[in-house]
Amino acid sequence: MLAAALLLIAGAGISRAETPHLGKPIDEAAIAYWDISILPDGTGLPKGSGTPAQGAPIFAEKCSACHGDKGKGGGIAAALIEDRKIEGISASQKTIKNFWPYATTIFDFIRRAMPFTQPRSLSDDEVYALTAYILAENKLIGPNDAMNAETLPKVKMPNRDNFIIRFPDRI
Amino acid sequence: MDKSADRIAGKRDALNQDLPVVAGNGLIDRRALLGRGVVLAGAMSAGVANAAAGAEPLADDPWSLEVGEPMPPYQVRSKFEAKVVRTLSNPDNEPRNSHARTPHHLLEGTTTPNGLHFAINHGGVPTIDPDKHRLVIHGLVKQPLEFTVEALSRYPLVSRVTFLECGGNSAPMFSPEPMQANVQALHGLVSCAEWTGVKLSTLLDETGIDPKAKWLIAEGADSPRLSRSVPVKKALDDAMVALYQNGERLMPGNGYPMRLLLPGYEGNMNVKFLRRIKLVEQPAMSMYESRTYSQILPDGKAYRFYFLQEVKSFITNPSHGMALKGPGLYEISGIAYSGTGRIEKVMVTADGGKSWAPAALQEPVLSKAFTRFRMPWRWDGGPATLQSRAWDEAGNVQPTRAEFITVRGELSKPPPILGFPNQHYNSVTSWGIGTNGEVKHVYA
Repeated sequence: MLAAALLLIAGAGISRAETPHLGKPIDEAAIAYWDISILPDGTGLPKGSGTPAQGAPIFAEKCSACHGDKGKGGGIAAALIEDRKIEGISASQKTIKNFWPYATTIFDFIRRAMPFTQPRSLSDDEVYALTAYILAENKLIGPNDAMNAETLPKVKMPNRDNFIIRFPDRI
Repeated sequence: MDKSADRIAGKRDALNQDLPVVAGNGLIDRRALLGRGVVLAGAMSAGVANAAAGAEPLADDPWSLEVGEPMPPYQVRSKFEAKVVRTLSNPDNEPRNSHARTPHHLLEGTTTPNGLHFAINHGGVPTIDPDKHRLVIHGLVKQPLEFTVEALSRYPLVSRVTFLECGGNSAPMFSPEPMQANVQALHGLVSCAEWTGVKLSTLLDETGIDPKAKWLIAEGADSPRLSRSVPVKKALDDAMVALYQNGERLMPGNGYPMRLLLPGYEGNMNVKFLRRIKLVEQPAMSMYESRTYSQILPDGKAYRFYFLQEVKSFITNPSHGMALKGPGLYEISGIAYSGTGRIEKVMVTADGGKSWAPAALQEPVLSKAFTRFRMPWRWDGGPATLQSRAWDEAGNVQPTRAEFITVRGELSKPPPILGFPNQHYNSVTSWGIGTNGEVKHVYA
């Protein structure tokens, strides 16, 4: 029994040592362009800043075709500016204001995926400005509040504490 | 029916009524049926011989009189199978997501052919040159590393059969009334394949993991750079960087040239076109995890990090949209699977749940994989309601619809059939058989 256990341990050690090591070492600096991950505490947010007023014309030019005039919907993509309560269980009830728990997610998604047909074409200042515009129009920040790496993580989203981790033991 | 057909049906009924019934409305003991196969076949052909006209005299068809087509280097199925296709939600590639659903009612066994594997893509299907694709693992690691497809292909590879299911599969069943849609529309966002690749734990052994790392953020090389947070716990358990699908390189729509594979976890987390894994202390709260795949509950709260695709089964044959061709023997056939392990048993009813009998499970029964179940059934021509219900080895039971909606709620009105009004739906599905033989989706 003991011998078998020792053999198993030895076996595991050998198999670890035998991996091919074909990965090429790479510096974080070389990964920087790809590394657009942002955490809800603001980790990863880039330099730059933008205000709702700066975001409005960018939204009209690059976002409203799909998200509707002033983000009210009616186009091919979801409305972004809506003020209503969740009624019932349909996902169609979710809005940024009544559901999204973190404002950092807005910045992250715009920067990585929008505009749909021209992803990564916006500057970080433009992404901050669009995020500020959407937050201000949803009355989640003031009309003159600039969004940047300092202010964005501090925006308190109303639904933040309304989630239940489904399977805590899997985390 | 003419008189000769009546005679055949009568003979068949007399024959089948000898078979040991295991549950109400005609469910038959499978072992008995298999044991008597020869007798049954003989008796049936005798019955056919009684038909007034009988079969036509045999002759050669043209394909037996000429040389066939040249063999193609990559073969495609018979042109007569052209109707066996995925249904598309966005065939014109408008700037929105696209779904392709698997036609379970036209398939058998447990392996989804690569051309019919379901897919959802959020920015079209990228055309990725495998020689230029890179996977980077970085963040809270000892040494960030970059891997090519060629390099990963030289690692010790592992194969496993596993299902992949969209967290929104079966969502039309949140409707307050049974949507008149077939199994492809209701349950087509799940498929099962053999995946081959490198265990993620092998690669993380090489980068080393900072003990502070509790999550990884996986990101694709597609235009939305789809990104999901995955617990390191899962990464070190059974996660894989998959390179092959049913023996050949991944299909483009399923993540070519590599994808994250997280057996039993919702499809969206199995990031396709995988190009970056960053180890971090806390989840990113990406849009897909903090909004899309967080489910609203009846009390207004919402689930987060559901991850698991729980035990489910459904009958694929007969199923909605089919029509039975007269009373007699049929085989009920379907699929069962669970994200927590092997299927332990599947029970089938033909009388809407009044009585149940265990279906035969096709071997091998694999963990987190499709298990095909079968049950012989003699339809007497009367109304019938077919259901299947699965148990997994962890003791989880597929809920009835009533049990499910008590906890998770239902919609106030029917949703668009292609919508995702909520997710992680796994209740029993019911097919109602009318006296005309037509099969419809019902709630029972």
